[in-house]
Amino acid sequence: MEKIYLLIVLAPLIGAIIAGFLGSKIGRAGAHWVTSGGVGLSALLSIYVLLQFINGSTGIYNDSLYIWMVSDGIRMEVGFLVDQLTAMMMVVVTFVSFCVHIYTIGYMAHDEENWPKGSLAGTNSYQRFFSYISLFTFSMLMLVMSNNFLQLFFGWEAVGLVSYLLIGFWSVRETAIFANLKAFLVNRVGDFGFILGIAAVAMYTNSLDYAEVFKLAPGLADTQISLIGGTEWSLMTVICICLFIGAMGKSAQVPLHVWLPDSMEGPTPISALIHAATMVTAGIFMVARMSPLYELSETALTFVLVIGATTALFTGLIGVVQNDIKRVVAYSTLSQLGYMMVALGVSAYAAGVFHLMTHAFFKALLFLAAGSVIIGMHHDQDIRNMGGIRKYMRITWITSLVGSLALIGLPGSSGFFSKDAIIEAVHHSSIAGSGYAYFAVVSGVFITALYSFRMYFLVFHGKGPRDEHAKAHLHESPKVVTIPLILLAIPSLFIGMFTVGDMVFGEWFKDAIFVLPEHDTLSAIGFHGTWAFFTHGIFGLPTLLAASGVAVAFVFYIKKPELAESWKKRFESVGIYQILDKKYGFDETYQALFAGGSRGIGKLLWNVGDKGLIDGLIINGSARSVDRFAGWVRNIQTGYLFHYAIAMILGLLVLLTWFVIA
Amino acid sequence: MLADWPILSLTIWLPIIGGILVLASGDKAANATRWTALIIAVLTFLVSLPLYSGFDSTTAGMQFVERAPWIELFKIEYYLGVDGISMPLIILTTFISIFVIIAGWEVIQYKPSHYMAAFLIMEGVMVGVFSALDAMLFYVFWEAMLIPMFLIIGVWGGPNRVYATIKFFLYTFFGSVFMLVALIYMYFQADSFDILAFHDLKMGLDVQILIFIAFLMAFAVKVPMWPVHTWLPDAHVEAPTGGSVILAAIMLKIGGYGFLRFSLPITPDASNHLDWLIITMSLIAVVYIGFVALVQQDMKKLIAYSSIAHMGFVTLGFFIVFIIAQNSNTTGGAALGMEGGMVQMVSHGFISAAMFLCVGVLYDRIHSRNIADYGGVVHTMPIFAGFMVFFAMSNAGLPGTSGFVGEFMVILASFRADFWFAFLAATTLIIGAAYTLWMVKRVIFGAVANDKVAALQDINGREFLILGSLALAVLILGLWPAPLVEVMDASITNLLKHIAVTKIP
Repeated sequence: MEKIYLLIVLAPLIGAIIAGFLGSKIGRAGAHWVTSGGVGLSALLSIYVLLQFINGSTGIYNDSLYIWMVSDGIRMEVGFLVDQLTAMMMVVVTFVSFCVHIYTIGYMAHDEENWPKGSLAGTNSYQRFFSYISLFTFSMLMLVMSNNFLQLFFGWEAVGLVSYLLIGFWSVRETAIFANLKAFLVNRVGDFGFILGIAAVAMYTNSLDYAEVFKLAPGLADTQISLIGGTEWSLMTVICICLFIGAMGKSAQVPLHVWLPDSMEGPTPISALIHAATMVTAGIFMVARMSPLYELSETALTFVLVIGATTALFTGLIGVVQNDIKRVVAYSTLSQLGYMMVALGVSAYAAGVFHLMTHAFFKALLFLAAGSVIIGMHHDQDIRNMGGIRKYMRITWITSLVGSLALIGLPGSSGFFSKDAIIEAVHHSSIAGSGYAYFAVVSGVFITALYSFRMYFLVFHGKGPRDEHAKAHLHESPKVVTIPLILLAIPSLFIGMFTVGDMVFGEWFKDAIFVLPEHDTLSAIGFHGTWAFFTHGIFGLPTLLAASGVAVAFVFYIKKPELAESWKKRFESVGIYQILDKKYGFDETYQALFAGGSRGIGKLLWNVGDKGLIDGLIINGSARSVDRFAGWVRNIQTGYLFHYAIAMILGLLVLLTWFVIA
Repeated sequence: MLADWPILSLTIWLPIIGGILVLASGDKAANATRWTALIIAVLTFLVSLPLYSGFDSTTAGMQFVERAPWIELFKIEYYLGVDGISMPLIILTTFISIFVIIAGWEVIQYKPSHYMAAFLIMEGVMVGVFSALDAMLFYVFWEAMLIPMFLIIGVWGGPNRVYATIKFFLYTFFGSVFMLVALIYMYFQADSFDILAFHDLKMGLDVQILIFIAFLMAFAVKVPMWPVHTWLPDAHVEAPTGGSVILAAIMLKIGGYGFLRFSLPITPDASNHLDWLIITMSLIAVVYIGFVALVQQDMKKLIAYSSIAHMGFVTLGFFIVFIIAQNSNTTGGAALGMEGGMVQMVSHGFISAAMFLCVGVLYDRIHSRNIADYGGVVHTMPIFAGFMVFFAMSNAGLPGTSGFVGEFMVILASFRADFWFAFLAATTLIIGAAYTLWMVKRVIFGAVANDKVAALQDINGREFLILGSLALAVLILGLWPAPLVEVMDASITNLLKHIAVTKIP
């Protein structure tokens, strides 16, 4: 199996290298064949690995490839840990990535139009794009297949790098290069916590290897460390919260969520792949992988829970007032990531990871469908300009509907099972903060249905596009675009019902995820088969809320649009609309506080510290003093012999006096 | 056998004598001069390679030792040797020197023979500094190093070069005078200039502190540490590209090397006593200088400040060892910090060299170092842009590049000393990325800023060779640092053992 794992990782890397360095030689077709081929091979092999796990013919693989370095007794290695969690992640990553590769062939077909005339960066942009998304796939696989913290961090930062390159792919646009710098820096704030967490792990276990660390962790559960002025902190809490700060950056949790909406400046395929399906879920994966640590700190779990619940509810609310089709989906992603975090917070790791999987399919689908609409609308992304598109783009329409229904949790769809599992788990949890979380995730269901179907109705129903010219040219996207949509629509609908029993309530993750019996909320739910779960869910509160969300959207945006206007005015009069429109003011505050603040500090230190004190006062100051002293000394050297003679005599007198007295 | 050859002497004198020959050949056949210089530099690099291949990484003792009396009256010897601390720095020197010669190929039209000669002589002298085991020999090389650098900045430098050279010279000379006094004092104590004998010299704490401070003055200026760093940005800005590269990649490392060869082993008790001072200065360098770098308008100044911040990791890694030892009563974790500092030095040698070369590439074309004069370079120089983004990412410590390795090790180690050391050191993840990538954004990305940028030509084969080689080095060291860590391990472990024992009689 080792060779297969290696091949899964290296195939996308080799594709990326060939497309990246030989892009101009192999041409566009060469680039998309070599990268899609590499990722396709990875996807097939990953599915093979998953099947091996399902029928039990392979076990957990945990071995190192090579020793990165040994310093001070800490072995830092590069290696793979492949268990059921990894196998599932590998399939999700490579499958979505493969769909996105195919889709990109259509989406980026006319990329030269996005570059200024004569730009050399624009000549091979198509090949470069494929190189980047393949490189991303490699990085993401390194992240999920890692068996140690070092490689985890490598993958963690490498996906960040590719995300940076891809958000700013159209580097001629000021908004794009603003967004990618912002994304990288906000992620670095998270990584700052992450690396401190790793340092703490390394200090107390003298190892970076998962198995070794997890083995030692229970023994450290009662260790206290003092941080600020002698206050004692539980070591596990510190480690878990530090690591989680990393997850907050990567998985865009409040208050580090600000980069994700802006990341929509990147081309749509990567919004689907990186900023919806895979990279942003790295934080969820990481916490699930670290479940043996998180289980040891209820404080950390509560922290995860509260952050997740806040993200789930409050970013969803912003989605209701967005008019850019990609931004609506982006805020939806934020909100769904919050749901996953909530699941982790109540120790329902399996439910969180399960939602990660279903979400990857339907959210990638929604993004790719949005991209298809954007192609149709000639890069107009304002949903208020759209409408009636269902008549022109049938496949995009149907698949979008499937994605939206899965997202809001239509009973029977994948999203239904994953979301209901989370809500039920929160309901059965007694950890601090679970009451608040329950309120957030349940009311979030209504919000989700509202913004999803607001967008759906505005885009696909009602009267045709506002612009007649756009209307005349509107037609379905090419097959390379629609086939991935169909490929993703299938699991969006069906994968949940077939896997929920095993993955969430069964034994699938028993070797990969560790849950203390007293935290085991998923068992507390009492699962009696998929059918029973389904019938129970149909009449549950969440389904009712989702239905009413759709109904409200229908009334507001199809039946009586004037109602939407009057409600908007009503919310404006009390200031709520403005708060949502301003996204709670995070962006402005951060811009002023951190961007402006650090420039201010920098200028102050430079002008006052370096130029003023050190150079001005001490360095040049002492140079000036030497000059002044020299000028004074020059006065003594008059050249008259009697001046010197007097000086000598006076000096002799002083010396003699000193000798006599002393 | 290789061991029978005086490899260190060859590595020192081949470039020095070669440099003198180049100087003598004059500028009539400028091209032949350039090729001669390049061949000498490549030969020197090849000659230095046996130091690595023939190196015995199991022992902490000095290897490739050459010892002969020099000035017998004062017992000054011609005494050379390397251990795992100095050997990687020598290879770094001979490696980087090749690219400095190539970088000056077409750019330097004014007295190219003098220019090439200065760099070759400089190379030999710097190897001498790293391999000298006699304190007087060390001091001679140490001061000799100033002269070619002084000339390089003074002759081929920018408009404000006179201020910069004088500032550079006075700063460094001021520091080294105190070191000389300390060396002479110890000569009288040990009756020898043998540095290894100094290591075993028993001294009281007061004396140690005085000696430590004398060394600190010399080394802190060289590193440079805050607050004696202000010569560096000025020197870099005025220096020609090659000068900046040597300055950042090699000369700064001599300060760090000095701490390991002199301060720590000769005055361990004083180092222990005053470690708070160095740690404070290092952390200020990381945080304070990071903010200062953020607001620089001049690319070279920005990279210069970034160098100071990165060197802060070096000194931090070296001096947290005492606190770690106290915390755990063993040396566990201390080696991680010290080796991290060493790796950071080597890595910074590659990355800072590459960053300065990148600025040089732009400067050669537009003759401006101002960030504001650029924008959208990617549209006219896509290959160059790729390199610049890569090196910027390495500078920001991206895993997979060498810039990550040292920082990671030092952060991990400093956590063992104190949570807050690690906390402050780790802020570089944010600040370092901010100043580096913000510059990249303004220079490389965006729309083409002006006609000059629109007329830019992408890098030629010569520049591609330089940047490509450095990129490979950065990548290899980042993906597989084990070979580098292995060679220094025995020496560092031995050094840690040595400094754990008090020298107070």
